[in-house]
Amino acid sequence: MSDRRKFILNMARGIGITALGGFVWSAYVEEAIASPLLLRPPGAIKEVDFLKTCIKCGLCVEACPYDTLLLAKPGDNKPLGTPYFIPREIPCYMCPDIPCVPVCPTGALDESSVTTNGELDINVAQMGVAVVDDSSCIAFWGIQCDACYRACPLLGEAISIVYEKNERTGKHAFMKPIVHTDICTGCGLCEKACVTEKAAIFVLPREVALGRAGDYYIKGWDKEDDKRVKNAHAIKTKTRLSKENALDSLNDSGDLY
Amino acid sequence: MTRLWNKYRYLFFRRFTQIGLLVLYFGANAWGWTLLMGNLSASSILGIVPLSDPFAGLQMLVAGAVMATDLLVGMLIVTVFYLVIGGRAFCSWVCPINIITDAAALLRRKLGIDAIAKRQPASRNMRYWVLALSLVLSFILGITAFEFISPISMLHRGIVFGLGFGWAAMLIIFIFDLFVLKNGWCGHVCPLGGFYSLVGKTSLIKVQHTVENCTACMKCKAVCPESQVLHMINKQSLAVLSGECTNCARCIEVCDDDALGFSLRKFAKIKKRESNNESNK
Repeated sequence: MSDRRKFILNMARGIGITALGGFVWSAYVEEAIASPLLLRPPGAIKEVDFLKTCIKCGLCVEACPYDTLLLAKPGDNKPLGTPYFIPREIPCYMCPDIPCVPVCPTGALDESSVTTNGELDINVAQMGVAVVDDSSCIAFWGIQCDACYRACPLLGEAISIVYEKNERTGKHAFMKPIVHTDICTGCGLCEKACVTEKAAIFVLPREVALGRAGDYYIKGWDKEDDKRVKNAHAIKTKTRLSKENALDSLNDSGDLY
Repeated sequence: MTRLWNKYRYLFFRRFTQIGLLVLYFGANAWGWTLLMGNLSASSILGIVPLSDPFAGLQMLVAGAVMATDLLVGMLIVTVFYLVIGGRAFCSWVCPINIITDAAALLRRKLGIDAIAKRQPASRNMRYWVLALSLVLSFILGITAFEFISPISMLHRGIVFGLGFGWAAMLIIFIFDLFVLKNGWCGHVCPLGGFYSLVGKTSLIKVQHTVENCTACMKCKAVCPESQVLHMINKQSLAVLSGECTNCARCIEVCDDDALGFSLRKFAKIKKRESNNESNK
């Protein structure tokens, strides 16, 4: 066989094996990063950027004085080597100096996102958001419990207790915990403190737990929020009928009936 | 005893470096030491000097990540070190996987598998394909593709932060190297090894062969994990110039005839010129 043919054959073999390997590899990686219910350290950038920016060095894990942060190991079924925490086991205690963030060498934990007026401020962190399952929260049953409310480091701000008449007894009050999602940092101290067998208040990633009203719905009484209406654009829906005049479509409905 | 020391001194130093670094990293996580924090992907010396894996950084770059200053500085320090001084020394002096694959290679020799399976069915250039593939996949998927499967960081992270099921990957590499392919992982597949082969090509520290002393016993070739780099043995007084040489120095130790030794590259060149001049006379 000529050298040229041999070379072409070898190249083709290389490309073939590489394509096969690349296919398996990318399928594995795509599967491995699909872990939406993951809580990241404070200051973590958007998950899709986090996955490409985090170098998996564990400096944040080492900086954490409470051993809150963990690095995903094989078998954890989380994106390998990336930091996360499980609030029911060890929540984030919201250190005012946030030791885990400035040590990040790649900016996957972004200092500016936890900074107010040039100073580190853990209270603006958005690690997740606490969600109450009112079917298992005993406060919603009428049993007095304010464990989560008391545990919250932003006491009275991130969770407040709403009083409501208990119609069942007629003389007692419900004291229901309500999470304010704009304040809640997702530290998980409430989840840790929850007295039920499986926590009735728990932290979820904000992307998972929160909806989005969109620009078509604004708080008209709020000047700031009112501005969003500018972003709203008319939706044009095109159907077969919209070709004709709307009135005509009612008159000669033709094949509709 | 002196003989034993002469036969294993570099091996001892290598294991000392490899395990010593692991102990420092482990201590940083377990007891809060600050000398060397992080892991092989990125570390920090005393919280001041950043170090980072240039190959991981390269993947981040093609994945489209914003590159932070600390990361770039860390990449630069590591790259310059191996580019100018160490060559591919990362593989044999730092990487913890080396201990596993060396063990497999040793067992392979002891069990006589090398003698039976003489032909190597795979090309050592595979690592460059894997290297290219790492970058292509990082670009397409927008994540650091090799970092999510790398057994090197898996093992190193495992030792420092907890291994999980990572031991299975280590076992697979051991068995692969033992039964399937001689020097399979480090010498054929690992893209980080390929990366440092390219980076370390021009480094100063090289192994030098002196053909006059050589008795053609070929012990060096038997022990070398990248035996193709020793093509000059018993032929020519040359430095091992291939970037694929890991500077592990096993060849120097097993040589009974003083035909191999470390040299600085420039020094080696002068020597070569002298010997050429002599032969011209």
